[in-house]
Amino acid sequence: MKNSLGRMLPETVAGFGAVKPFAGAFATTPSGVRKAPRQKTVLPKANKLVDNLEEVFRRIPVRDGMTLSFHHHFRNGDGVVNQVLAVAAKLGLRDLTIALSSVFPVHAPMVELMKSGVVTGLDTDYMSGPVAEAVSQGVLAKPVIFRTHGGRARAIECGDLAVDVAFIAAPAADDYGNINGVQGETACGSLGYAFPDAEYAEVVVAVTDNLQPYPLHPISISQERVDYVVVVDKIGDPKGIVSGTTQITKDPVGLKIAANAAKVIQAAGLIRDGFSFQTGAGGASLATAHFVRKMMKAANVTGSFALGGITGYLVSMLEEGLFRNLIDVQGFDLEAIRSIRDNPRHLEVGAGMYASPFNAGCAVNKLDVVILGATEIDTAFNVNVVTGSDGKIMGGSGGHSDAAAGASVTIVVANLLRGRLPIIVDNVLTVTTPGETVDVLVTERGIAVNPLRPELKEKLVTAGLPVRDIAELKALAEKMAGAPKAPPQGEKIVALVEYRDGTIIDVVRQYKACE
Amino acid sequence: MKTVEKPAQAGTLESGDILVVVAPATGAQDDIAIELQSLVMAQYGDAIRETIASTMRTQGVTRAVVQATDRGALDCTIRARVLTALARGGVGLEEGAISWNA
Repeated sequence: MKNSLGRMLPETVAGFGAVKPFAGAFATTPSGVRKAPRQKTVLPKANKLVDNLEEVFRRIPVRDGMTLSFHHHFRNGDGVVNQVLAVAAKLGLRDLTIALSSVFPVHAPMVELMKSGVVTGLDTDYMSGPVAEAVSQGVLAKPVIFRTHGGRARAIECGDLAVDVAFIAAPAADDYGNINGVQGETACGSLGYAFPDAEYAEVVVAVTDNLQPYPLHPISISQERVDYVVVVDKIGDPKGIVSGTTQITKDPVGLKIAANAAKVIQAAGLIRDGFSFQTGAGGASLATAHFVRKMMKAANVTGSFALGGITGYLVSMLEEGLFRNLIDVQGFDLEAIRSIRDNPRHLEVGAGMYASPFNAGCAVNKLDVVILGATEIDTAFNVNVVTGSDGKIMGGSGGHSDAAAGASVTIVVANLLRGRLPIIVDNVLTVTTPGETVDVLVTERGIAVNPLRPELKEKLVTAGLPVRDIAELKALAEKMAGAPKAPPQGEKIVALVEYRDGTIIDVVRQYKACE
Repeated sequence: MKTVEKPAQAGTLESGDILVVVAPATGAQDDIAIELQSLVMAQYGDAIRETIASTMRTQGVTRAVVQATDRGALDCTIRARVLTALARGGVGLEEGAISWNA
């Protein structure tokens, strides 16, 4: 069958069930109820502290076929997933599904466990490195489920993603299971992506290398939901968890794109009191914040909040009074950690409040502007951030689709050519974020506005911005680089790309080397 | 018909460039043998081979060995690197070989 974007989908997928086709960004509404984990009791004087991970596995007990969940705030410095999976392998467990909110190169040991059948399912929002490579090559029999950050929260809340055991990497914990992310050597700041796991998993395990006296303060994840506390030598490598500082790009093309993106925001009339903003940490995205900051200062306005992954740059804007609040689901650098620890205006929120589409309102809905990247964008403004130009998996939505859906103005910033490859294509290889939720594409050679937003286009033209038709920008790139051939693809479906509402927006097929 | 007199190279392995090595044809070889590595093989592999071969043919070279390591170079860069490698390899370039408007 085809979904509303014309993407061919299977009717059912083994290990997933019936496929619900994507029907439009807001076309599918919920009809179910939230899932609830079993009630529990812990008697006075009982001890939650367990000697080691192996003992936790025995006490729970972890069985073949279970779903184990993890959060990704430690990014490429994570040490918990590999330690837990090593125990699973040692105990001879099979057929586990790993629900890890993002997968990084550090998770390479998972590949061997996939080959040996310890891990047979993967549920994630983003992946890069050896695991992504192996999945692209078809290492798993069952397709990987790609969700968005908000969609993962939704899936856990409604039981689509039923977590048997959640392992929470805890920078600080007490012996009764209270956890925070802001104290200790492996401090990572917000623990937001772990909130749904902690709330809905049948069993919750805190894994820490920093045991503090009871009661821990502050508390991000509470003892009410944590069954076991395990102390290990190291839960991660601080160098991989956060960068020292996040720098504004010096690339002149990136800066030009960023300056134009900021001008789009200004021309849309959004540099005003109450302005709300989300941007990523990379290249032109962060540089856009730099130009927005200047405009806000010049206009003497106070924004309401900045949202999402938080960098030191946004922290400095908070401290200068340019935003009243930061709403933080994940911190990217040491400044973000210091701020969320010390500044009451810097709020820690869970993935559900951040971006879940099926609750009584998530934070992305309150965004004026989000700045996003793209691997490819097509002439209908559909964006791919899952697969690279060779067809291999190299990313995932993360919060891309969520923020695009919520924000009043969604701006994609991208170089017209990446290497030799044009960024604009007729049809993206893998739709991640639907074009109806993307308003503007800013490149170094011009700005394209989604035809669904004529009033916005009018404002940009009036402001004298270099507005072009997206087809015109595509032709310009192809004149320089030539039209690329589509990469070959295999037959087997290696991943399903789920939209935030639980429908399937696209599939990823096995990688095939070109002849 | 002209021949490559000695091995020669032009270009770099920087992003957006291509390293082109030309060498005399071996034995009974009667064509331009191109060994290509590229980051964009799937999308542009055939186009890059054609650009290299046609640039050489327009200089009257129809027998040679070429090793090319591409880092996403545009056609104008590929042509420039091939012409320079040929010149360094002892091929006298045609009048007007370098078109400043291409």
